[in-house]
Amino acid sequence: MSLRADLALMSRWIEPESSLLDLGCGDGVLLDTLTRHREVVGFGVELDAELVASCIERGLNVIQRDLDEGLSDFGDGAFDYVVMTQALQAVPHPHRLLRDMVRVGREAIITFPNFGHWRTRWALIAGGRMPMTEALPHPWYSTPNVRLCTVRDFEALCQEEQVTIVERVMVDQRHRSNAMMQRLPNLLGEIAVYRVSAG
Amino acid sequence: MPMDDGVGLVQAQTLHFDQPLSLECDATLPAYDLAYETYGSLNADASNAILICHALSGDHHAAGRYSPEDRKPGWWDNCIGPGRPIDTNRYFVVCSNNLGGCGGSTGPASTNPATSRPWGPDFPMVTVGDWVRSQARLAAALGISCWHAVIGGSLGGMQALEWSIRYPDRIRRAVVVAAAPKLSAQNIAFNEIARHAIRSDPRFHDGRYLEHDAVPGVGLRLARMLGHITYLSDDGMRARFGRDRRADQARFNFDVEFEIESYLRYQGESFVNRFDANTYLLMTKALDYFDPAQAAGDDLAAALAPASARFLVVAFSSDWRFSPKRSREIVQALLANKKQVSYLEIESDFGHDAFLMPIPLYHRALSGFLEAPA
Repeated sequence: MSLRADLALMSRWIEPESSLLDLGCGDGVLLDTLTRHREVVGFGVELDAELVASCIERGLNVIQRDLDEGLSDFGDGAFDYVVMTQALQAVPHPHRLLRDMVRVGREAIITFPNFGHWRTRWALIAGGRMPMTEALPHPWYSTPNVRLCTVRDFEALCQEEQVTIVERVMVDQRHRSNAMMQRLPNLLGEIAVYRVSAG
Repeated sequence: MPMDDGVGLVQAQTLHFDQPLSLECDATLPAYDLAYETYGSLNADASNAILICHALSGDHHAAGRYSPEDRKPGWWDNCIGPGRPIDTNRYFVVCSNNLGGCGGSTGPASTNPATSRPWGPDFPMVTVGDWVRSQARLAAALGISCWHAVIGGSLGGMQALEWSIRYPDRIRRAVVVAAAPKLSAQNIAFNEIARHAIRSDPRFHDGRYLEHDAVPGVGLRLARMLGHITYLSDDGMRARFGRDRRADQARFNFDVEFEIESYLRYQGESFVNRFDANTYLLMTKALDYFDPAQAAGDDLAAALAPASARFLVVAFSSDWRFSPKRSREIVQALLANKKQVSYLEIESDFGHDAFLMPIPLYHRALSGFLEAPA
């Protein structure tokens, strides 16, 4: 099985034998990969009971929990990494969760669809309707993505919350990257991948 | 017997232990019997054994039937058997009757060797810790040095938790279903009403009813009826019984009219025929006393620090006896220790009873957890 490109990118950042919390871990594909190849001690958090059962079948540690309730089950600095892929835009209180993530993890790794991408901007300007793109395929009334933000929004939030940005990589839907995307991240990057930490 | 008869016909066995067992209450049982059943076969290196711990009113008859005519199989038959989540083609499954029980293990209805009369109220208080120590002796006698898993629901889940703390080297997996790290005041309150019902029955004779050829049936029936209310959820009761009546018209008397009345009376009645009142008192006290955190300064995380098993904690949405919140206390304490743990909350209307139900997602997680490498 070839590792999804974004998972490959993240797994490079994660030191072997570290501890990791994967928020919204789904069926556990990232955790499974990291457990096998990087020997991390991993825990997943997932709300959907079917997906929780899938993680259990893979032999993973998974806690069924609604991320809307925050991370109060987990102590300060309990993990080396807290990872959340493509879910920040779907929680009701992203700023609180961001705070919680850097509290629980030495470092947080966050990915989200960049609403500032030119295609999204163009869709709004040209069509005059809420953009529906490959990255954001849902109509406005049923989208789970209730807290969409741009690269600049996110970085402003990090500043407000005194969260340090360690690294940022912009990728497209296929999780490919190029120099232009890194130069004009808010315009050309479809998916933002951040490493952040407290303070 | 139905076509898919699970483990099929089974036989209870009894093992006698001569070595005295000193109990947490400071009393000592000079000798005792443990009744148990096994299903499947133990492999060459004795690494496939699973211990099932029963709940308040359960016993060692977890699966199969004693005879083809048996109307009902063991209490967890839907989960134990060839191809079932606790797969007897792979695992050697052991279930014993708790000490103080009335299913064949030494208990209040057994003869006290000191008096040659039934123990009755003189049977010492047994605790979850005492049960686990007696089960550990059973394991040794069966040649099992380390369980593949210890599994239990409700009071059985508490035993699994106790196993993980007391014998970390002898248990690779702990499955704690619909349990709590200790009883709440409300839980104890319900137990006290049940005990009060039994003890105030005129036929209780201060616990010596066997010597009077009596059964405190009124009290035991009440205790069981009350218990059953706490095993079901409001929604589940509404769905199953609603306000359905046995006759269309109100009869304006106190006979059974509503289906729920009929259900509770039936449950109470059948319980009196199979359960010993003194055992019920002991089991509820064991529940009340269970509090592994107490010895660790009321710090559950500290109490669980020695554990090394992988944990699966399961709760059910409509269980208000031991609600999901109580299971999450266990999960939080395990997480604080960075123990290997998974937590699953099953959507169900069955209330506390859900842990006995063949809910597909529950069974899938259970078998997946047992099969995954520890």
